[in-house]
Amino acid sequence: MSSMKISNVTKNSLEKMFSENKRFDGRKLLDLNNLEIEYNVSKKAEGSARVRLGKTEVIVGVKLGTGEPYPDSPDKGNLMVSADLLPMASPRFESGPPKFNAIELPRVIDRMIRESGMLDLGKLCIKKGERVWTLFIDIYPINDDGSLIDAAGIACIAALKNARLPGLTKDNFPDYDKKTDERLPLSKETYPLSFTFFKLGDKLILHPTREEEESCDSRITWGISKWNKQYMINSCQKGLEVTFNKKEIIGMMDLLPKKYDEIIKLIGEKLNE
Amino acid sequence: MVKRISGRKADELREMTAKVGVIPNADGSAIFSFGETIAIAAVYGPRQLHPQHMQDPSSGILRVNYDLLSFSVSDRKRPGPSRRSREISKVTEMALKPVVDISEFPNTVVDVQIYIIQADAGTRTAGINAASMALAHAGIPMKGLISSFAIGKIDKDLIVDVDKYEEDYKEGEGATDFPIAKISGTENYTLLQLDGKMQPELVKKSLDMADKACEEIYEIQKSALKEIINGDGEK
Repeated sequence: MSSMKISNVTKNSLEKMFSENKRFDGRKLLDLNNLEIEYNVSKKAEGSARVRLGKTEVIVGVKLGTGEPYPDSPDKGNLMVSADLLPMASPRFESGPPKFNAIELPRVIDRMIRESGMLDLGKLCIKKGERVWTLFIDIYPINDDGSLIDAAGIACIAALKNARLPGLTKDNFPDYDKKTDERLPLSKETYPLSFTFFKLGDKLILHPTREEEESCDSRITWGISKWNKQYMINSCQKGLEVTFNKKEIIGMMDLLPKKYDEIIKLIGEKLNE
Repeated sequence: MVKRISGRKADELREMTAKVGVIPNADGSAIFSFGETIAIAAVYGPRQLHPQHMQDPSSGILRVNYDLLSFSVSDRKRPGPSRRSREISKVTEMALKPVVDISEFPNTVVDVQIYIIQADAGTRTAGINAASMALAHAGIPMKGLISSFAIGKIDKDLIVDVDKYEEDYKEGEGATDFPIAKISGTENYTLLQLDGKMQPELVKKSLDMADKACEEIYEIQKSALKEIINGDGEK
């Protein structure tokens, strides 16, 4: 596959198919793609996961270090999400300083995780004002065939669930040889998930392939979770240059809880392993 | 009824000021403030785009740079672009682009520079309002103005135009920030971001609240633009 822009022929035929609620791979417009999760892809990481969403593959690792807290949160651990769009994963990715997508992806996921309340950073304090755990979540796409944000979001949640704290030395530095069974302070009921709607003409689709994604004119990512038994929207990010109207947003609000339940039904057990 | 420390009603914006033509060198410029938040914007172009390989022979391009002045926040912001400012630059660009028609200016760029002089929450939205006026002032062909502000939610209540105190609210369901930009007079959104906790039903309700707030912002923008045309300003 080349890294060229999508052709008008492809775009036109996709537009025609979308108007009949059809897609090349046999799915309907709002159908989700096949999803697989695997744990422990790297033993050196404190937690790791591989997610396959259709042909898209992402691996995420969690590393834990210790450091000083930020002045405005002396009793809270630090969370840092970053992504490196490896040239290995797609002809569209180039090495060099991070481009907008490589900045946006981890920031959108960071907001979703942080705001959902899934992770209790208050419990990652070692000594108030002096030493706290620093949690690094690093995202690496291995093969990008669309829906990278949604796949990466699931991989991050899975890697967090998979993580175990390393031991501590006397001076509160991590001792990576001393493994513990202690897990991260995660909520038992709150898992944020992201859903990115892509728009072509007036049609919306979920979990696009790369080809579909590149044909679309606009996108919007929502992070949703369940908190105190209510569905909560935790993050939103509109992308690209075409607008969304009120009717479309209202439709998304009605659909999101259903799609959320659909995925949780599929992977809920796997996440609680 | 939600009680706000500022004494504002739930649907009440902070006091707004807007002035067009504040930077004589620029092709278009404006300053916009929401209470204590002040944004200034300048537009240069359409002008030849360098480096040449970035040129688009079928259309002009819009390029936005947003940043905070180092002293505009409590803890000094290190000068130069950050991940945050690069993201906001890009989302601002996408918020403005739907109304900007520069297809008649191939190989050119329209540069929009936005700086925050004083930050008290809502800086991206104030920046978008200033930039939208500056583009109009520069005479760039536009299909409408963009009006922007943030809906907030403190605990269970929706409020309009969050200030810093409200943004840092921690009780109950905490604080949610939901910046919205809209093409004035339409129901088309050009910027939607959110972080916090908001029930899907309240997202819908927020959009209704946005209609009224954006209308008020639009009136302020319009009258500032009229003022400059009527000859009180530099150009």
